[in-house]
Amino acid sequence: MKSKVIVITSGKGGVGKTTTTANLGTALAMLNQRVVMIDTDIGLRNLDVVLGLENRIVFDIVDVVNGNCKLNQALIRDKRFDGLHLLPAAQTKDKTAVTPHQMKNLTNELRKDFDVILVDCPAGIEQGFRNAVAGADEAIVVATPEVSSVRDADRIIGLLEASGLRDSHLVVNRLRSKMVKRGDMMDINDILDILSITLIGVVPEDESIVVSTNRGEPAVLENASRAGGAYRRIARRLMGEEVPIMAMEEESSGFVGRFRKMLKLAR
Amino acid sequence: MLDILARIFMKDAMNSKDIARERLRLVLVHDRSSVSPEVLNNLKEDLIKVIRQYLEIDEDALCVNFENDDQSVALVANIPVKGFRRAG
Repeated sequence: MKSKVIVITSGKGGVGKTTTTANLGTALAMLNQRVVMIDTDIGLRNLDVVLGLENRIVFDIVDVVNGNCKLNQALIRDKRFDGLHLLPAAQTKDKTAVTPHQMKNLTNELRKDFDVILVDCPAGIEQGFRNAVAGADEAIVVATPEVSSVRDADRIIGLLEASGLRDSHLVVNRLRSKMVKRGDMMDINDILDILSITLIGVVPEDESIVVSTNRGEPAVLENASRAGGAYRRIARRLMGEEVPIMAMEEESSGFVGRFRKMLKLAR
Repeated sequence: MLDILARIFMKDAMNSKDIARERLRLVLVHDRSSVSPEVLNNLKEDLIKVIRQYLEIDEDALCVNFENDDQSVALVANIPVKGFRRAG
């Protein structure tokens, strides 16, 4: 199968790009894909801590593009999955330490050994963004159901199209079904009406993300995590499997959920 | 249950998500039109220059902005007229 390079981006910071990268990367590795995640947030690296790999870093992406080390010397193999790797960002340089041209060469080099290359994009629309999209075939845009996040996502979708990336998918992150139900949060359709992009998944607001990030273990490893489950389904969709997107993927299926459904039927 | 009752009795009250959606729509009209406030201001000054040849207008009260309804976007200029210039 041809390998693909997917950039994970959002424009706005703090909406869950790094969490999404870590979870999708891990979920894809669970589906027996050979995966490498690239942290392009040079100067503010974080993907390493979300994955719990921060103590293993010797070389980084800037070392690779400057020829200080070989590419496979900088790749960190995940503790849990043999097929999962991280190429960390440099912490002491800035985003101009890598050029879009170098990024493109780097991703092309990685295509030889990996099925999926996930590029974790920094916030903003400056060179860090241009670097991250340079070698990508498709994009995942992460947005939360807030005015500021959707606005920035709209801008990012425009910039992705301008740079020739037409295969983009939306992940709506941190949806709170209770707030949606009482009309205090935009729902999926509100967001899809506004953004010209296809939906690939909805991730509920979930405390288990905080816990798993504390531990450095992605939530997809946790069977009971609702957010983890949402990410596992997105990974299957990325692999071309048809997994229906429920209106509210976070809808509880336990007793309370069934009780609610009965109430709805009765009304 | 409470919010069901609330919804029945306060149908007219706007949900905060409707406010969010509406604000988002308006802000995106500006963002997508790629008309910056600076460009809009230049447009306004050029409009004044042209209209001044024909009409006496209140330049300080002149207001140019984008408005959108359900389907379309319009450039709306509100130009208070003080008087008409004599012909010739």
